[in-house]
Amino acid sequence: MSSLDVERIRGDFPALQRVVNGRPVVFLDSAASAQKPESVLRAMDDIYRGSYANVHRGVYQMAEEATAAFENGRAKVASFIGAPSRDELIFVRNATEAINLVAYSWGRANLRAGDVVVVSHMEHHANVVPWQMLAAERGIELRWLPVTDDFRLDLTNLEATLDGARLLAITAMSNVLGTINDIRPLADAAHAHDALVLVDACQYVPHLRTDVAAWDADFVAFSAHKMLGPSGIGALWARRELLEAMPPFLGGGEMIRDVRLDGFTTNDLPWKFEAGTPAIVEAVGWGAAIDYLEALGMDAVRDHEERLTRYALDALTDRFPQINIYGPQDVSVRGGAISFLFDDIHAHDISQVLDQHAVCVRAGHHCAKPLMRQLGVPATSRASFYIYNTEAEVDALVVALAEAETFFKV
Amino acid sequence: MSSNLEDLYREVILDHYRSPRNRGELEVPPATKTDGFNPLCGDEVTVYLQVDPETDTIVDIKIQGQGCSISQASTSMMSAAVKGQSVDEARKLIRAFKALMSIHEHKLEGESDGSDLASDLEGVRLGDLEALQGVVKFPVRIKCATLSWNTLAQGLDERG
Repeated sequence: MSSLDVERIRGDFPALQRVVNGRPVVFLDSAASAQKPESVLRAMDDIYRGSYANVHRGVYQMAEEATAAFENGRAKVASFIGAPSRDELIFVRNATEAINLVAYSWGRANLRAGDVVVVSHMEHHANVVPWQMLAAERGIELRWLPVTDDFRLDLTNLEATLDGARLLAITAMSNVLGTINDIRPLADAAHAHDALVLVDACQYVPHLRTDVAAWDADFVAFSAHKMLGPSGIGALWARRELLEAMPPFLGGGEMIRDVRLDGFTTNDLPWKFEAGTPAIVEAVGWGAAIDYLEALGMDAVRDHEERLTRYALDALTDRFPQINIYGPQDVSVRGGAISFLFDDIHAHDISQVLDQHAVCVRAGHHCAKPLMRQLGVPATSRASFYIYNTEAEVDALVVALAEAETFFKV
Repeated sequence: MSSNLEDLYREVILDHYRSPRNRGELEVPPATKTDGFNPLCGDEVTVYLQVDPETDTIVDIKIQGQGCSISQASTSMMSAAVKGQSVDEARKLIRAFKALMSIHEHKLEGESDGSDLASDLEGVRLGDLEALQGVVKFPVRIKCATLSWNTLAQGLDERG
């Protein structure tokens, strides 16, 4: 018995009514990007039709309405992750940009040759490449926390790895393995070494109740599009004193207090980091997405996904004894992204057959090539679940996989 | 199995996928070694080429790497098609294969009137390779089919 009324939820999502190749679509790729409910689409449409104007500019009524709606979106996002203040919530394009902002602004102001940044083998490229760029430019040292044979973070050498570190940049939930990392003890360990903590919470925030203060994190990056909101907007949350000390990222309108011939002064937080016209309508849509999730309750969301993930893990291993699943079996320490591989069938070929069944899964390296090399595989297929997925859809996945297996049998 | 899928996975493709030709390595030098990557899916291919400088002929070719059935089959067919051919013939074959995949170099999309396809394919016998034509209907898979051909082209170019 699910904790969510999934049939009613499904009715709220126009894209889930689609038919592909003559079959109702089975959307199992929410870890890449989630579908959007009517309420989000309507909130965005309403702004465009009735209250659209640039924000923080005009003194006329429509501009005031747009500004209020935009800042209301910010307040909802900040509150959703337990941010102490909405001023600490910077709108960016996506989680990748949030991490790049930290690397560019905080990193370039604070890191010197030989300084250590610690990341893990299970990071998305978004939390690897910005630090590698700094390594190439500044000569900082990157250290890696490995992954255990049961797909958890290997903390055996945590203390030695953190020794001398300035930053621990770590994911809260792996987009490949589904593994949830327990952030608070990691943050405590990092802080004991005077290192700051950046959390890539892109996969975590959509699925579990998030409290950045309870994590004791310093920077948290996430995006709207994986949590029922629109693409094109994400956020960086950071502690106020860090943001105040950091130099600006992009220069331009909105981020200034004053500009003279001989220089500029920066605006207050959060606008100091928001140069140019922001994603106004997207912020409103994100707020509507949060309203939708909060009406369901994040505990119920988590409960539904835990049950469905358990059902899927059992269904896959019962039907396919030879399947390799890359991620923990214990659903209490993982999210609903299940990466898998058959010994003799490439992930692309699996996806192609699944597409004929209108089953949408991701195939490839999931922007995590260091992890894929550790796992010793070029690519996996990944099915991922959200509030609108059902046990019947897991069954459809199993049927489609059985056909792929027959077709490609060597 | 739907007819759509059977267009893509023709029997000859599955045969090359299950029994790939010319797998292995060559000693470098005298052979050359070129790596190709598909950043989209993580597939990798390594092409070893031995060209006789006297006759400008590809006397041996070996392939390593991993990939999906389309990329493996295309690689296997490529190796069989160019082995024993002159470098010029191999280049012609590369152009013809890319034309088959609807890729026309130096042309903007939508500009082609089909005459380039005809000229690129003129006088070239694709044989088994024509089985890969079904890939065109699945645009994301075209990169799988062309990976080893691009790697071969790079190998021939780097050889100087």
